[in-house]
Amino acid sequence: MQTTLALSQITKTFGAVRALDAVSLHLAPGERLALLGHNGAGKSTMMKIILGLIDADGGEVQVMGAAPGSAAARRATAYLPENVAFHPALTGLEQIGHYLRLRGEPASKAPALLDRVGLGHAGKRRIGTYSKGMRQRVGLAQALIGRPGLLVLDEPTSGLDPVSRRDFYALLDGLAADGASILLSSHALTEVEARTDRIVILSRGVVVAEGRLEDLRTRAALPVTVQVIPPEGGMAALAEALPGGRPMGAGLRFEVAQAGKLPLLSRIAGLGALVADIEVEPPSLEDIYSHFSRRDGQ
Amino acid sequence: MSRILATAATEFRIALRNRWVTIAVVMMAVFAVVLSAAGSAPTGALGSDRLSVTVASLTSLAVYLVPLLALLMSFDAVAGEVERGTLPLILTYPISRAELLGGKLLAHLAVLSIAVAAGYGCAIAVALAVDADAARGLPAVWRLLWSSVLLGATFLGIGYALSALARRPAGAAGLAIGLWLLAVVLYDLALLAAIVADGGGAFTTGVFPWLLLANPADAFRLFNLAASEATAAAAGLGGAATTIPAWQALVSLLLWPVLALALATAAFRKVTP
Repeated sequence: MQTTLALSQITKTFGAVRALDAVSLHLAPGERLALLGHNGAGKSTMMKIILGLIDADGGEVQVMGAAPGSAAARRATAYLPENVAFHPALTGLEQIGHYLRLRGEPASKAPALLDRVGLGHAGKRRIGTYSKGMRQRVGLAQALIGRPGLLVLDEPTSGLDPVSRRDFYALLDGLAADGASILLSSHALTEVEARTDRIVILSRGVVVAEGRLEDLRTRAALPVTVQVIPPEGGMAALAEALPGGRPMGAGLRFEVAQAGKLPLLSRIAGLGALVADIEVEPPSLEDIYSHFSRRDGQ
Repeated sequence: MSRILATAATEFRIALRNRWVTIAVVMMAVFAVVLSAAGSAPTGALGSDRLSVTVASLTSLAVYLVPLLALLMSFDAVAGEVERGTLPLILTYPISRAELLGGKLLAHLAVLSIAVAAGYGCAIAVALAVDADAARGLPAVWRLLWSSVLLGATFLGIGYALSALARRPAGAAGLAIGLWLLAVVLYDLALLAAIVADGGGAFTTGVFPWLLLANPADAFRLFNLAASEATAAAAGLGGAATTIPAWQALVSLLLWPVLALALATAAFRKVTP
């Protein structure tokens, strides 16, 4: 099987609102895809259609070669909803044990799963006493049950501190290396930068950009920022030798197109002692994201 | 089946934590003891044993309490999951909606069975303590027990259906209380009023028996009173009950849980997470 997930021309309307408009998407085994978009861009709707929780108005979805929501698709798919919730009266161990049994696995695997997400110490406490981050980890733990072929994660790192986020992405790397496909949405754009293979940007239900980060970067053709910092008191000399810069902080700031980056750098290198330091900032994912999602008239 | 059992085990645990088991058992036990202690005066006159008389009182108690307990436990089943936000996740698991309801039903029926068994057990103990002959009434109590569970299953199913239709716990609770009033209080009052107005005409002989059978609470009462003739005199609607054979009431009692669960499943299928 070469595609874990295939969406073609998916359309969904809620009343007068077109939540998804002819969205197509493919996901290969072991691939990690980040879904970006504003609130209401259609990310959660797309995920719910993939999971079979709601039906699309038009188009076709295949999950591991089966219809979404079918028994085969459900067995192969793990889901982590946005703001995941559990019954407050159950303990973490009981809740994970329940999910294990629903997937036909022994509840005795629950402690190991909670350990994997760093919740081993709190397993015997009721979920009602957990913080949001802890509930999110219970959600992650249940998504790891039974080696799923497809993981659908709706803003999985919300509520996690930076260290936990890093651990979480390390977990995902391991799963992807084992051949699981991962579809995740995120608002923390910079965080998915190094952690996903492909990015899809949704805006008002339409895919406005899709590709590897490098491709999107090239297509957006956003300027590169170069910050040149002179030695103590050398600002005037630098500005004279290198015109066109905007003074910012302790140095001069240049915004050049990709093609102009290397010529500028070689000029700077030729300035010798006039330059104390230099910083090159490629356009961030936020820049690229707003470039694409704004293109649609926002 | 293992998924239904897993759901039932978890739901039972939740019922235990939410004190539903304690509340149900204490409620049934207290009422049963009070009734069996108080309702003993006419024993000698009727010439039947103490326990058989108590069964008549217990039947009237169960008609009110069993549906109430069942509705109280079930109104949250779907609406609560919607409100907490736990429904979307569980529906992506390889468990069907019917299996999910089946698991909840099993757990809630277990709680209900424990409660009625505790209540009737107390009544048996009281009766045996004062009347050595009371053992003769044990079959009647057994019949009361399993028909109470059937009655409970009916109202659990209806409760799930209301829960799925309302989609909010507050709305579901309101509907549940309304239905309870309608089914076990107002329905009988309306029938009595109609009989009085009809004065023994076509309604009383032709329509009335079917209307009694159509209400699961009345069918339950009919079945338990008709099956034990010694106690028929003690019941308000007993006079009418004698014209309806017990097997018809039993059929109604058996059909209702099936119908209620089918309704619940159909309503649950319409819920979009």
